[in-house]
Amino acid sequence: MTPYVPGDSPVHRCPPGRKILALVAAGTLLFAWPRLDLALAALAAAALLSRLAGIPVRLMLAQLRPLAWILAVLVLVQLALDGWQAGLLVAARLAALVLLAGLVTLTTRSADLIEALQGGLSWLRPLGVNPAKVGLAIALTLRFIPVLAAIAAEVREAQRARGLERSLVALTVPVVVRMLKMSDDIAAAIDARSYDPDRDSR
Amino acid sequence: MIEIRQVGHAFGERVVLRDLTLDLTERRIAVVGGNGSGKSTFARLLNGLLVPTRGEVRVDGLDTRRDGKAVRRKVGFVFQNPDNQIVLPVVAEDLAFGLKNLGLPKDEIARRTDEALRRYDLHALRDHPAHLLSGGQKQLLAIAGVLAMAPEVIVFDEPTTLLDLRNKRRVAEAIDGLPQRAVVVSHDLAFLEHFDRVLVFEDGRVAIDDRPSVALPAYVAMMS
Amino acid sequence: MSTRDIVFVALFAALTAALGLFPPVTLPMVGVPITAQSMGPMLAGTIAGSRRGGAALALFVLLVCAGLPLMAGGRGGLGIVMGPGGGFVLMWPVAAFVIGVLVERSLRSLSAWKEALILVLGGVVLTYAVGIPWIAAVARIDLAKAALGSAWFLPGDAAKVVLVVLIARAVRRAYPTLQAR
Repeated sequence: MTPYVPGDSPVHRCPPGRKILALVAAGTLLFAWPRLDLALAALAAAALLSRLAGIPVRLMLAQLRPLAWILAVLVLVQLALDGWQAGLLVAARLAALVLLAGLVTLTTRSADLIEALQGGLSWLRPLGVNPAKVGLAIALTLRFIPVLAAIAAEVREAQRARGLERSLVALTVPVVVRMLKMSDDIAAAIDARSYDPDRDSR
Repeated sequence: MIEIRQVGHAFGERVVLRDLTLDLTERRIAVVGGNGSGKSTFARLLNGLLVPTRGEVRVDGLDTRRDGKAVRRKVGFVFQNPDNQIVLPVVAEDLAFGLKNLGLPKDEIARRTDEALRRYDLHALRDHPAHLLSGGQKQLLAIAGVLAMAPEVIVFDEPTTLLDLRNKRRVAEAIDGLPQRAVVVSHDLAFLEHFDRVLVFEDGRVAIDDRPSVALPAYVAMMS
Repeated sequence: MSTRDIVFVALFAALTAALGLFPPVTLPMVGVPITAQSMGPMLAGTIAGSRRGGAALALFVLLVCAGLPLMAGGRGGLGIVMGPGGGFVLMWPVAAFVIGVLVERSLRSLSAWKEALILVLGGVVLTYAVGIPWIAAVARIDLAKAALGSAWFLPGDAAKVVLVVLIARAVRRAYPTLQAR
């Protein structure tokens, strides 16, 4: 599902958990010290690392596209209020973080990322979170998304036959009810295959 | 052997099974009956997915009420709708799900996954998203996933009802070829003709319990 | 959590993702695109309840952070949380949980008006209370401007509250999932 770009660069080989930590650290740093030179350095680092990972420039720029109008508005507001330096800082910082986040996504397989997340959740164990259960829930979610999309398409067709296709209520209620009924069978199927929710993670 | 002793089952006020006592020992047992006759509930009692509200069910001496986990290792279950049985998003991952739950070592899981996928021609699709399989392939994957766990008995709840004619035949052949004992709930009477024993359910009771050559015509007469 | 609870959590996480697949509706007067996705936390809270609903949205946010393109428009990645809208998204699990608690507490006498009020409180007031300061911090603009900018989305939120009340009440009649506490 993730637009993963295969490769064997140091960025690809870096463990996913370390990449996420580095990203969070960069975000904290840039917001704690709002300085233009730091933001520009982060932007340069993002460019350098994506070069190193062999990600096409086109793909990196695509990461910024959804933000384009927000960036434009922000820069304009800052320019009008605080001068060009403040505008540049906000834009550079946001762009750097989004590019770095995109870089993590593009250089990590989603299965590896999920495994890293599951491993990273073990510190939540004292709060009653069982990483093995989270792992099952993640896998089930990925399994259900296409199923729900298919049910929705089916129901939309049935509703269209009755001239109701524009009503979100008429579309959602049957989907949700079918989904809830399905959940009983799925839980039984999981139990039937010897799943034990109370066993610890392996 | 599965022993059923004075079993009754009710969902709240609604009684679905009344006072059943049976021993299931044959290699192929068919369960037929109209909608709401209690046959699906009966199937779910056999591996402890449901625990009877009265009486007891024992598998090789293990009580489904107390030893549910051990019973589920002995008795596998294949559901009517494979969409509800496939748990993980990728074919090979899903097949390995039950094996992981059994706590098997990694190389054993890999070996059994491989073997089961080859058996049903799913090997080329091992890294495929499970939701893109055809209906017949999904049901074969569901059967392969249960078979890989090597249960002693497999219970099927209307395994061919949602399939087209060609896939019905394919799944029926797969069930015929199983080395295990099987209990099959089905409306597909032609498929049940060479079974060892047929139980006809009506209104929560076993109305007929006989060889297919006797029980199936009697069932057809009863329904018309 | 039982196996069934885990299945519920996954289903509502998936439902939130599936709601992102509906094409955004652009409100005629305001011109702001509205996506159905923020109905996810409201539906999870009212139908799956506090624990399961909160966990479902936490799982959804986790998967988005992990880079899965589950947000409306196929977006995903930590950039979402780091961006201006991050505050809203991070509040979704809290919103689902709070809505769930309030619905469970008043399940015995839950009129449509009361349910709408709960949804406004958990799904709108609570998320804006964090979302607006977040925008202000990320974009370095003052709170008033951030609030004004966010106000454009209020008509859409009102429409979603009405929809969720209708959906949740219909679903609850067909398939009760919650127990009053």
